[in-house]
Amino acid sequence: MELQSIWFFIWGLLWALFFMTDGFDFGVGILYPFLGKSDTDKRVMINALGPVWDGNEVWLITAGGVTFAAFPLVYAVMFSSLYSALMLILFALILRGVSFEFRGKVNNPTWKKVWDTCIFIGSFGPAFLFGVAFANIFKGIPFDGNGIYHGTLFTLLNPYGLLGGVFFVLLFLQHGALWLCIKSEGDLYERASATAGKIWPVLLVVAVIFLGATKFATPLYDNYIAHPALFIVILITVAALVGVKFFIAKGAWFSAWFSSALTTMGAIFFGIIGLYPNLFPSSIDKAYSLSAFNASSSPLTLKIMLVVVILFIPVIIGYQIWTYNLFKGKVTKEDLDLDDAY
Amino acid sequence: MDTVVLLSRLQFAAATMFHFLFVPLTLGLSVLIAYMETMYVKTDDETYLRMTKFWGKIFLINFALGIVTGITLEFQFGTNWSRYSAFVGDIFGSLLAIEATAAFFLESTLIGVWIFGWNKISKKAHATVMWLVALAGTFSAIWILIANAWMQHPVGYTIRNGRAELTDFFAVVTQKFAILEFFHTVGGAYIISAFFVMGVSAYHLLKKQNIEFFTRSFRIALVFGLVFSFFEVFEGHLHGADLAHSQPAKLAAMDAHWETSERAPVYLFSIPDEKNERNFIEIGPIPGGLSLLAFHDFNAEVKGLKDFPKDERPPVLITFSAFKLMVGLGFLFCLLTLVGWFLRNRLTDYPLYLKVMLFAIPLPYLAMQLGWIVAEVGRQPWIVYGIMKTKDAVSPVASIQVFTSLVAFVLIYGLLGAVGFYLIFKEAKRGPKLN
Repeated sequence: MELQSIWFFIWGLLWALFFMTDGFDFGVGILYPFLGKSDTDKRVMINALGPVWDGNEVWLITAGGVTFAAFPLVYAVMFSSLYSALMLILFALILRGVSFEFRGKVNNPTWKKVWDTCIFIGSFGPAFLFGVAFANIFKGIPFDGNGIYHGTLFTLLNPYGLLGGVFFVLLFLQHGALWLCIKSEGDLYERASATAGKIWPVLLVVAVIFLGATKFATPLYDNYIAHPALFIVILITVAALVGVKFFIAKGAWFSAWFSSALTTMGAIFFGIIGLYPNLFPSSIDKAYSLSAFNASSSPLTLKIMLVVVILFIPVIIGYQIWTYNLFKGKVTKEDLDLDDAY
Repeated sequence: MDTVVLLSRLQFAAATMFHFLFVPLTLGLSVLIAYMETMYVKTDDETYLRMTKFWGKIFLINFALGIVTGITLEFQFGTNWSRYSAFVGDIFGSLLAIEATAAFFLESTLIGVWIFGWNKISKKAHATVMWLVALAGTFSAIWILIANAWMQHPVGYTIRNGRAELTDFFAVVTQKFAILEFFHTVGGAYIISAFFVMGVSAYHLLKKQNIEFFTRSFRIALVFGLVFSFFEVFEGHLHGADLAHSQPAKLAAMDAHWETSERAPVYLFSIPDEKNERNFIEIGPIPGGLSLLAFHDFNAEVKGLKDFPKDERPPVLITFSAFKLMVGLGFLFCLLTLVGWFLRNRLTDYPLYLKVMLFAIPLPYLAMQLGWIVAEVGRQPWIVYGIMKTKDAVSPVASIQVFTSLVAFVLIYGLLGAVGFYLIFKEAKRGPKLN
């Protein structure tokens, strides 16, 4: 396999890991105003994310950094084309991050309400906009041979783009609700488990519509038709989604969450595989599309970065698993009483 | 296109300078807190635990602001400087990616363990986590500063396929400029944190509250501050002298040195007149002073600004003023910490000194910002010294987009800064919890 193709899949893997981990943070943040009835509920919800959200978000930084390092031209054209959407995402992420830290620092209802709103915006915004952005990338972006984007923020808000946004939000809602089932007790747990069950059929319907719409809006299936064995990725993803329902019914929350993680990874890989070898296709002319082969770094940089990634990614996954394991189980009163708990 | 360049530069300046209000304190305070927690583990003295928690609370507010403002920086190269990104991604991009994988991941994952892990891991392990946070932060700084150093003094590359391609990774990561820049920045960060801890402690000592607690905090920070204030002057000199070889135009602008000359002087006071390519006023010349500082030789020839084409000179007045003020502050930090050393055993007897130290808190922050102005404005008109100009680096985006995002940056960062500093002051004023 060529170096560029290996890098293409590392690139996809990093995005998938980002959505698989920070995805449930987004989901909890979107559910936050609806499931968090009391202040304690709300604190349980954000402290359920407390020890892990920051590390999760670094997968985004790494996905961005790796795009820059391995595919500089993609990094340049993608982020300048999606300028306004990306700025909105970044501001939303900033608000989310500080809200967790600031909310509990002043004991005043208005103060808390402000940061509560920011937590919701900071979670819903990125979840939805990432969905819109990726759906548009699947479809192709109107940029020319000089990397100049011919459109506005509203160009992205086409029906398929919006559908992508809704699909991502539902995916993360499911993922976040299941995380809450693992982490909460009492009334909050009851509401979270009821919600997890209610989201599932909606997610299923939207997922099916999205898979269908993809056939008409994008060329993603071309790769699958050329190599039918690849359909297994879609099958695994659908099986994982069915697994979510199965484990919800049994009340096996960790297994359900794990299936949901697999569904998220699968959904991202469904798109990535369909895109190959393009990372950023142009809808104006196929010749302008940026691919793993015409937009990559020099072989020396790709080799050095491959060594870095092979050395560090397993280590990172290792210590992140250690952290998740350290903080497994329900959020307790003792956790909330810590000096610096959120 | 010129509007987009100007707006993008303003936006980048706003985003970086704001980010760097928080990062230095994170770098230094993490070391001080790790030390305090280690002392607690070693001695079982509860005061050290209270110190760890009190300074830790302030650290976490500051840390959050540093983290969230860092995210925008990584993406701004793509959004606003896409020509630059495409040109240098092969080298610059990989340094940023290594920073994320090798350093930032560890820092962000472990900070959660430190905040929430008090009852989940042993005391010793908990202290170790803070050391690792500090270490990871330092590694982050190394990679980011190697990347910046490459923009200041590009090495280990060749121009191929219309872009800068890596030829020698080792040369990039070990170049002298990067090493000097790293020590200078981290030294400055340590001074900021030392003065922060001393200043907050001085406030409480003036109010005669928690005297034992804050005397101890003050002294720890004093040693740290004293060592790094002197280190910084010495290191800064080496860094400046290196510019004679690596960035002669910046050096000439820093001293408003117009004519190439041997035995070049330094003036105790001067004001540059950019339009007429001379200085309005020059008072107190030290003959050969600049030659000595730049080349360690009174008679060495120092290249003057007039020997650079007008469109390859940095803005002289800004670079010059920022540099002189920074140097003045650097010496002031040595003086203040030296005085502190002699008063260390009777701090409460010297309220005037304590008052000075309280109001000195913003000064190292100012020095840090001035240092970055020297580094970045002094590099102009280049974005990568000698090979790419800033005006050629900008994204082909509409000026209205950049204008809108700039306004959003100023508003959101302004509010965040106000709230963040309010919370930091609030916690700092409140003082430590009782046992």
